[in-house]
Amino acid sequence: MTRPSTVPDAGRGDVVTGPPGPDAARQRGHRPRPGRRRALAVFLTPSLTLFLLLVVAPIAVASYASLYKWNGFGLPENHVGLDNYTRALADPVFRGDLWRGFVLIVLSLTIQLPAALGLAMLLNQPLKGRGLYRLVFFAPYVLSEVTTAVLFTLVFSPNRGLGEVISRWLGAEAGAVFADPDTVLFAVFLVVSWKYFGLYMILFLAARQGIPRELHEAAVTDGAGAWQAFRHVTLPLLGPTIRIAVFLSVIGTIQLFDMVWVLTGGGPIHASETMAVTMFQYGFRRFEVGYASAISIVMFVLSLAFALVYQRVVLRRDTEGALTVQGDQR
Amino acid sequence: MTSPANPALRARRLVLHLICVAVGALIVVPVWFGVIGGFKDNGQLSTNPLGLPDPWVPGNYTDIVTSGVFWRHLGNSLLIAVSSTLIVVGAGAMAAFVFARFAFRGREFLVTLFAVGLMFPFAVAILPLFVLLRGMGLLDNPLGVILPQAAFGLPITIIILRQFFRTIPGEVEEAATLDGCGPFGFFWRVLLPMARPALATVSVLAIVASWNNFMLPLVVFTDQGWWTLPLGVQAFQGQYSDDTARVLAYVVLSMVPALGFYAVAERQLIGGLAGSVKG
Repeated sequence: MTRPSTVPDAGRGDVVTGPPGPDAARQRGHRPRPGRRRALAVFLTPSLTLFLLLVVAPIAVASYASLYKWNGFGLPENHVGLDNYTRALADPVFRGDLWRGFVLIVLSLTIQLPAALGLAMLLNQPLKGRGLYRLVFFAPYVLSEVTTAVLFTLVFSPNRGLGEVISRWLGAEAGAVFADPDTVLFAVFLVVSWKYFGLYMILFLAARQGIPRELHEAAVTDGAGAWQAFRHVTLPLLGPTIRIAVFLSVIGTIQLFDMVWVLTGGGPIHASETMAVTMFQYGFRRFEVGYASAISIVMFVLSLAFALVYQRVVLRRDTEGALTVQGDQR
Repeated sequence: MTSPANPALRARRLVLHLICVAVGALIVVPVWFGVIGGFKDNGQLSTNPLGLPDPWVPGNYTDIVTSGVFWRHLGNSLLIAVSSTLIVVGAGAMAAFVFARFAFRGREFLVTLFAVGLMFPFAVAILPLFVLLRGMGLLDNPLGVILPQAAFGLPITIIILRQFFRTIPGEVEEAATLDGCGPFGFFWRVLLPMARPALATVSVLAIVASWNNFMLPLVVFTDQGWWTLPLGVQAFQGQYSDDTARVLAYVVLSMVPALGFYAVAERQLIGGLAGSVKG
């Protein structure tokens, strides 16, 4: 699926990869196409309707509602300008959300992704049974965050869980990790990693297997050790996939909700709360829809700003990649 | 492949295996704890969390399997996953076809719009979406989950299918046109059958996304009759918070369909994820 550049160029039937425009349209003039306009409308209407109505419009409504004090019923009338935003930025819980999001991102990038990369390299070795290992490592990804969270709540449940066993090994109270504000965020991170490291491992493994064997062999022939070959040959070639993984990880962390909601509800005393949890609390529990909308918009702007900057600065070098494909020109 | 003459290599392999087994244990042990824990009573769970049950208590599982609530949630999850997938793959394939093989003004803008949509999470849109669905009378209606899920699944579906459609040579379309196929005929009778692997990939991604969705059904369904499995699991945990063994049984049963699906569709799932990142 990585061959967009091999598609025949403009001027042959409908296969047009060049920039669209009147020229491209004229070139097809050799075949009468009475139904073309109609076909366009018919083919695009379902997806555009769904997308504009249920994805784009809600974001627009949220940005509008964020300027009002509104309980979500009737029309928003009490315009408060940017008060909801200044309130959020002054709120210690929301500022804590930003900090905790940052901590989770740092943990993911320094622990989760390197571990996934290491395991991918390991599973690239000719090991007996590596198919089984791969199957097992990736399996948690198909479990829902809710199922995972409930399972781990029980695993660490104070009296009846595995937590007891672990406590006995460690000589410390393992069952309390989710009840202690100092450890809860790290515990949440571990459960998130349990579910998601397999995804990154699979992405790295697929990319690693796409690297021609000769390159690695050539490096070894030239006297490079295993580590040098990895550092100077494999790692640079994995660059595009690593950059996408970092992107997915950051965007995913900004939006983290299900896992936290079920594991801890954001507690104790907000110690594991994320932006999405705060938004949900205000929007669906306290009916401060205007304020919650402002938090939604901050999440959206952060995701979008990160994506744009990241794409401009980091991803620009990667000529292919679904997340970065904005056109055919590159 | 393993030559006994090379002890260094064998030692290295052994270490690699040990790492794999250790990581595998981190994944398998919690699940194993759940599976056998469901066969215990709570007294056994306190005294013997990891060992085999003695005696085996099948009641936790059989109660759930015979109660009907579990099957109800399973059926709802299935209905919603299948409907969302049909809609998103249908609408997405049509759009991807146009984006891949037609040149028209505004195409790049639309493609970019959908690509940016990859970053729109439910969390950002959930509040206004809720207000909108309430206005449309779609609360406690499966369409209230199905349609937004389909809409949010469009970007990844369109991106993957568009890449695939572009690899089909123009000659195929010309031949079809000479045979009297219009764009609809070409799409339906030629393109879609050729795109079966890609369609399988995006379908699997859509099913998994729908199956695991929590936030949207959480706000849309107050009527328990419509709850999906994730909602059921969470509610069950709240209801029986003192009965750990029973909740474990419910969690394990709710994992079975996902793991079974994984066993069947592993290739499409992994291929789809790897492919969507590589392009």
